[in-house]
Amino acid sequence: MSAWTRRLRAFFGIEYALMLTYRAEILLWAIATCLPLIMLGVWTQAAESGDFVHGPAWMARYFIAVFLVRQVTIVWVIHHFEYLVVSGRLSPQLLLPVDPVWRYAVAHLAEQACRIPIVAVMLVGCLLLFPAAWRGDATVGPWVPGWGALVGGALACMAAFTLRFLLQYTFGLFAFWLERVAAVHELVYLLILFLSGMVAPLEVFPAAARDAVLWTPFPWLVWFPAKLMMGEPAPVLRGFVTLGVWIVALAVVNRVVWIRGLKHYSAMGA
Amino acid sequence: MRRYFKTLGLFWAVSVSAEMAYRTNFLITSLTTLLTLAGALFTIGLLFQNGHTPGGYSWPAALTVLGVYTLLDGLQQSLLAPNRTALTEHVRDGTLDFVLLKPVDAQFWMSMRRFSPWGLTDVAAGLGLLGYAGWRLEISPLGALSGGVAVVLGGVILYAVGFMLATLTVWFVKLYNITIAMAALLEAGRYPIQAYPAVYRTFFTAVLPVAFMTSVPAAALRGEAGAGWLLGLAVVSGGLFAASCAFWRFALRFYTSASS
Repeated sequence: MSAWTRRLRAFFGIEYALMLTYRAEILLWAIATCLPLIMLGVWTQAAESGDFVHGPAWMARYFIAVFLVRQVTIVWVIHHFEYLVVSGRLSPQLLLPVDPVWRYAVAHLAEQACRIPIVAVMLVGCLLLFPAAWRGDATVGPWVPGWGALVGGALACMAAFTLRFLLQYTFGLFAFWLERVAAVHELVYLLILFLSGMVAPLEVFPAAARDAVLWTPFPWLVWFPAKLMMGEPAPVLRGFVTLGVWIVALAVVNRVVWIRGLKHYSAMGA
Repeated sequence: MRRYFKTLGLFWAVSVSAEMAYRTNFLITSLTTLLTLAGALFTIGLLFQNGHTPGGYSWPAALTVLGVYTLLDGLQQSLLAPNRTALTEHVRDGTLDFVLLKPVDAQFWMSMRRFSPWGLTDVAAGLGLLGYAGWRLEISPLGALSGGVAVVLGGVILYAVGFMLATLTVWFVKLYNITIAMAALLEAGRYPIQAYPAVYRTFFTAVLPVAFMTSVPAAALRGEAGAGWLLGLAVVSGGLFAASCAFWRFALRFYTSASS
């Protein structure tokens, strides 16, 4: 085992233990992520009427997939980083021989790991409540994800997490110059919320709006991984290329801002 | 009673002047409000496609629900959330002792001490939506008045549920995410309760009273709420408020301060 993986494993152990200390808070986190389940109710009920392109079974399946995507792509690094910079607590972390970004990334994974039991219970509850989601109905067959769906969905989720993390962390780095960057990032989050397919599948968007939105990075963060998980045909190549281009571009911007920011950082001990 | 009003005035004057140091926030919160509103209208608009009427609601009727939601969201950001965060911090640092020693009711202090003006843009947006919907639906002044009372009762429910959750910090110590969880739960109130499947309707009425926070007050505004629902609103509101007071006093028995 190289020194590198040993470090990451140590970080993971620390962060996992830290998260477990406050288990009650993890439960609240899980509640906070139930927006797709609210929308699941609204859209299955609306689809019952037959006024939309897809029926209730499809809608239920879509939003259960969105729920899973959301669980593994939640990012909160900006709040943590803003606090570290504004309070000056970033200084001791800079003394370590590892870039602190690794620690934040691993902390997110540890938090996801803590949430697994709650998510499993919620998932089973949804599948019991909406059996049509996995059983299928007259319009869609049963939900049997093949290997392509599983591997593709997992890869898309990882790419979506990486992109969201980079996006938020890059915004977070502006905390070196500005106070309350989290409030500014909230605006980006609203775009993700409404345009990513989290509150409504892209299939029910008007055609012009759908085509426009597909040129932004947002639907590839939620709608695309969810479609892959459902085993539905999706623009696979375009999806991964879009995600990849944005990841590379943001990674470059992130490093430039990080280096400039560190020069500007003037908290005690820096 | 007068002493409490005077104290409240002082609390909020101090809080507002402290927040005024961050005036660019006004620009950010205004943009956030506008974007949230645009997104919500877009989402509800999607539900009205192809002649569909979610829960049998007309467009202006659905806007009354969204208006009440936006109003309560503003209340949450201005008053409820800052105080919940403060309560969590006081318990964690052991400084709740100082609050308990003060000659005002501790629950009053812990619920009203902070006020952030940054939720007021949402309050304004909510009132604007309600004004537009009220004009479209030709709501009478009397209906508006009784609806106003119903909205206040809905706000009391939101407060009581949030305060009880925040009180749990006495046992669990670190519950910063209460605010996020509460916002997510209130999110369900953006849509009319009739637009949900039966299981959700039962849950949002009997278990988590989201229906009483937005849909019922909105129906009262439109003059469509039956006597049963209004009575239910009053009972749930009063009951939850009393429960939050009782739970707070119960929790304090378990509070082991920083010094003991």
